[in-house]
Amino acid sequence: MTSAHVESRPRRTTARAGSAFLSTHPRTRLALLLAAPLFWLVIVYIVALALLLVTAFWSVDSFTGVITTEFTLDNIIEVVTGSLYQTVTLRTVGVALAVTIIDVVLALPIAFFMAKVATPRMQRVLLIMVLTPLWASYLVKAYAWRSVLSQDGILEWLLAPFGGHTPGYGLPATIITLSYLWLPYVILPIYAGLERVPDSLLEASGDLGGKTWPTLRLIVFPLILPAIIAGTIFSFSLSLGDYITVNIVGGTNQMLGNLVYTNVGAANNLPLASAIALIPIVIIFGYLFLVRRTGALDNL
Amino acid sequence: MRLSRPARVTLGVITAIILVIVYVPLLVVLVNSFSTSTALTWPPPGFTLEWWGKAFQSAGALEAVLTSVQVAVISTIIALVLGTLISIALQRFEFFGRDAISLLVILPIALPGIITGIALNNFFRTIMGVPLSIWTVVIAHATFCIVTVFNNVIARLRRQGTNLEEASADLGAGIWTTFRLVTFPQLRSALLAGGLLAFALSFDEIIVTTFTAGSGVTTLPIFILNNMFRPNQAPIVSVIAVVLVLVSIIPIYIAQRLGKGEEVKR
Repeated sequence: MTSAHVESRPRRTTARAGSAFLSTHPRTRLALLLAAPLFWLVIVYIVALALLLVTAFWSVDSFTGVITTEFTLDNIIEVVTGSLYQTVTLRTVGVALAVTIIDVVLALPIAFFMAKVATPRMQRVLLIMVLTPLWASYLVKAYAWRSVLSQDGILEWLLAPFGGHTPGYGLPATIITLSYLWLPYVILPIYAGLERVPDSLLEASGDLGGKTWPTLRLIVFPLILPAIIAGTIFSFSLSLGDYITVNIVGGTNQMLGNLVYTNVGAANNLPLASAIALIPIVIIFGYLFLVRRTGALDNL
Repeated sequence: MRLSRPARVTLGVITAIILVIVYVPLLVVLVNSFSTSTALTWPPPGFTLEWWGKAFQSAGALEAVLTSVQVAVISTIIALVLGTLISIALQRFEFFGRDAISLLVILPIALPGIITGIALNNFFRTIMGVPLSIWTVVIAHATFCIVTVFNNVIARLRRQGTNLEEASADLGAGIWTTFRLVTFPQLRSALLAGGLLAFALSFDEIIVTTFTAGSGVTTLPIFILNNMFRPNQAPIVSVIAVVLVLVSIIPIYIAQRLGKGEEVKR
């Protein structure tokens, strides 16, 4: 600490009086601390989300393009019954599920190796190697896969001698790219979860005759399940709302995000876009509701 | 449980393969930025420095970088202030609704970007009647950047405890003096880590940005997206991509220096 002035008696200033008042009134202190951030988050975020919900029940005048603030269920009915929306919803959820499963399958061995096998030095190096791509731009990574998967790209070049081909741009490419993008987000919580599993538990299991697989299944897995679910929240939620990656490597395929984007921009129908956006919101909240008892939310 | 040697080796090999797959695409972009082909052809038919020269002379790219830096700096400052206030409130006080507030902080990043994006687009345009501009982007970015500052600061507050602050108060320091001379110096590296993450998050964001940026506002991600599909611009995009990856090493290095045993929380 730098040199602080030492005074025999504190001066009586308004700042001092305020400070004295605050130190005896913790509730006021709390209110002052919370005022600005809560104002921001509630006004900018919660009110905006609530109004999104309201807008879904409005409509757009097809001649003037002006929004009519009269209650109507038309958008909701169209989104729930329209075959386009059903197809795209199923496709989007399918992609998100595939991405999540791939990421968990890839993350488990790498996280386990980092947490329980690697030496401390190795562990630090691996952590940096996993974290580094997180800092690289999202678009750079999607673009990198566009290069890799292109018809004249490196994958075609690698696979052609064995009679294989690049999947080209399409849904498989979307799944690959999204899995790549969200992998670090799944590795990190699982790694942190495994770090918290004491080695002594594994040794105890070994001493009591537990073989590798039973130990992993009966001891490690239940302990890291909340961490795994925390990872899946990231990959599932991020995939569900993505529309950029599918634009870059998905060919002509559309996901829910594309439908929302088209209706906000080109079609200029915000009420319909809001109604479509409710689909991922309902799915995400449903998922969060399902997993809240597992304690996964504390692992985010 | 004791892992057999073959099991350890297998795990190590799987880890190595995954890491190779993680880095190969980035290397491909690096090589492509020197390729004479404009169509992402592999192997490159020849090598040239042409794109690197063009990228650094591209007025559009430089302007986009400037816009992105502006947005990221202002959003980060807002997020630092709001994130610090809210973490002190949640860590140092026990009150009804605390869990709800901590969920509220996480929500903007837990929900898909498209929802945040359209909610804010709708809020600004339909409800408030405000035209989209660079400021609407800043407001949107600051909202989801709060969580990175919050995570880092609250972890630090939890660890450092209240002993020093109490000692400072006992010695006659007022609340403001205690914060300035005792709490803040201890938070400094957590603020730097959280601020770096917030900056990186904002600098890179594309989904919420496309929904909240006015027509004249081109951040770097928007510039990249617009140019990616233009046949002759692809190599320039590769150059920008390589530069971005190289630049991102700086915050990683700083975070590691800060880290030394403690982790940076996203």
